[in-house]
Amino acid sequence: MAKEKVVLALGDDISTDIIYPGRFMATVLPKETPQFAFVDNAEFNRRLKAKEIPAGSMIAAGKNFGCGSSREQAVSCLKGYDLAVVAKGIARIFLQSAINLGLNIVICPEVEAAAGDELEIAEGQVRNLTSGKSFAITPLPKARQSIIDAGGLIPYTRALLLARR
Amino acid sequence: MGMTYVQKLLAKACGRSQTAVGDVLEPPVSLAMSHENGALVINQFDEIFQGTGREAKIWDPERIALIFDHRVPAESAKTATNHKKIREFVAKQGIRKFHDIRGDVGGVCHQILPENGYVRPGYVVVGTDSHTTSHGALGAFSFGIGATEMASVWTLGRILNVEVPGTIKVVVDGKFPEGVYPKDLILHLIGQVTSEGANFKVFEFHGATIRAMSTSGRLVLCNMSVEAGATSGLVPPDEETRRYLQEEAGVREPLDCFGPDPDAVYEQTIAIDASRLEPQIACPHTVDNVKPISAVAGKMVQQIVIGSCTNGRLDDLEIAARILKGRRVADSTRLLIFPASWRIYREAMKRGALTDLAAAGAVICNPGCGPCLGIHQGALGDKEVALATTNRNFKGRMGNPNAEVYLCSPAVAAASAITGAITDPRSLTVPQGAR
Repeated sequence: MAKEKVVLALGDDISTDIIYPGRFMATVLPKETPQFAFVDNAEFNRRLKAKEIPAGSMIAAGKNFGCGSSREQAVSCLKGYDLAVVAKGIARIFLQSAINLGLNIVICPEVEAAAGDELEIAEGQVRNLTSGKSFAITPLPKARQSIIDAGGLIPYTRALLLARR
Repeated sequence: MGMTYVQKLLAKACGRSQTAVGDVLEPPVSLAMSHENGALVINQFDEIFQGTGREAKIWDPERIALIFDHRVPAESAKTATNHKKIREFVAKQGIRKFHDIRGDVGGVCHQILPENGYVRPGYVVVGTDSHTTSHGALGAFSFGIGATEMASVWTLGRILNVEVPGTIKVVVDGKFPEGVYPKDLILHLIGQVTSEGANFKVFEFHGATIRAMSTSGRLVLCNMSVEAGATSGLVPPDEETRRYLQEEAGVREPLDCFGPDPDAVYEQTIAIDASRLEPQIACPHTVDNVKPISAVAGKMVQQIVIGSCTNGRLDDLEIAARILKGRRVADSTRLLIFPASWRIYREAMKRGALTDLAAAGAVICNPGCGPCLGIHQGALGDKEVALATTNRNFKGRMGNPNAEVYLCSPAVAAASAITGAITDPRSLTVPQGAR
């Protein structure tokens, strides 16, 4: 992965209600959900919609990122802008949905990153090029590697379907 | 080596003699539940079949349940169109476990599944709702998944790449003191474990207090297990499980009730003495920010919600009605009641609980998810504070990021409705009949 900038730095327990508030849940299609990404953070949402944030940019978060609801909109809205998430920990359903949809996620329990920092992901480490510190990455669950390799759960399931007689 | 309940359940489901923590399995799914987000599942399901030349047929229409509860009746044209799309899919695929917006069979998914006997001990249940953990109360391994994962289940009939989770054994003994309920127990546990302390693990509930607890109370524990990050909460089935399924849910088929091995290996054991608990409150903005009521009593609240998949069952409504009967909801607050299903609604109506609550000033709303996640009714105003028997208090949860939500039991909610401030039900001094 190339060097990318942290565009949003967040604390622990960032719930799906913060990423994609429940009041927009009637909007479900992945091509329509990005407009409501972090909608209660008006400035960040505006920058996303104005395309001021380049694809690949990173959100740095603390523990338990994506906790709460199973709403997949919270994943698809970030995927729509091709954002990546580096978090100290990721809640189970969000983690699985991120893998299923191909959202780039990195679990890095000790990561320290502020908005504006430049990060490089390489060789099992997150290198914060701004602070000069490096932090070890926790590998994603092995059980899910085949889904990641297939490019997401839809192509993976489709291949299994086609493999049936 | 001995197996915990979930290990044994997954071994049975996959036709194996053993499973170990970390084993990767692909168990057949016994029941797959979705609500309004079924509209997204349909979209992803169609995408899987795109270009395959195969007809998009779900693997088994008898194993799929679709329930309208999040926005009922529809609050917008968009929701109504999603409802319509799901109805058309249900008709085309021949799905019979469908619960439309109806006063006879409607309700919140996590009540509809138990009360219709759709969940049984030993089942593997998945749902596109994080509170699918609820159904562990009936001895199922039951967990929330995303919509794309569900589309894969609808296609293949099994859930891919499930890692056998480690188990945290929770042993609860002692009798609840007056005014203390299963909700207080689970809030206390979440406060101890923290909001991510059980991530990728399951809770297995044991002890005399659990054995003596009704299925309604067990559903509260398992419903909120996800708030500690748990994949599921599980109560190994017993006589109460049989009683509930046979007498209340009308299940006729034999039930496969089993327990964990006596020498099962647990990652951790947590012992709780229920007799030492006092009413618990989860304070904004995380569910693990739990305090005994003595620490927050007196906090003024402008909206109180009793109901939801957590605490909208008959016993919850009757506890609230007993406290509020002949009393009056304070002018400074409003009380909203959301029964968990229409069956409960009708029974509570027949028994007079709803009349007593309405006479005290409560607004009786139709069963649904309503204000819990701020998507339908009961949104909060700026800087307002709510007290709710629901399961989450995240920032923005009740429809407004500039408001606060506290969580509690139905008894605390009812007592607080009388005073307009967070109140210990054991300390109520306003006599019944005083208006």
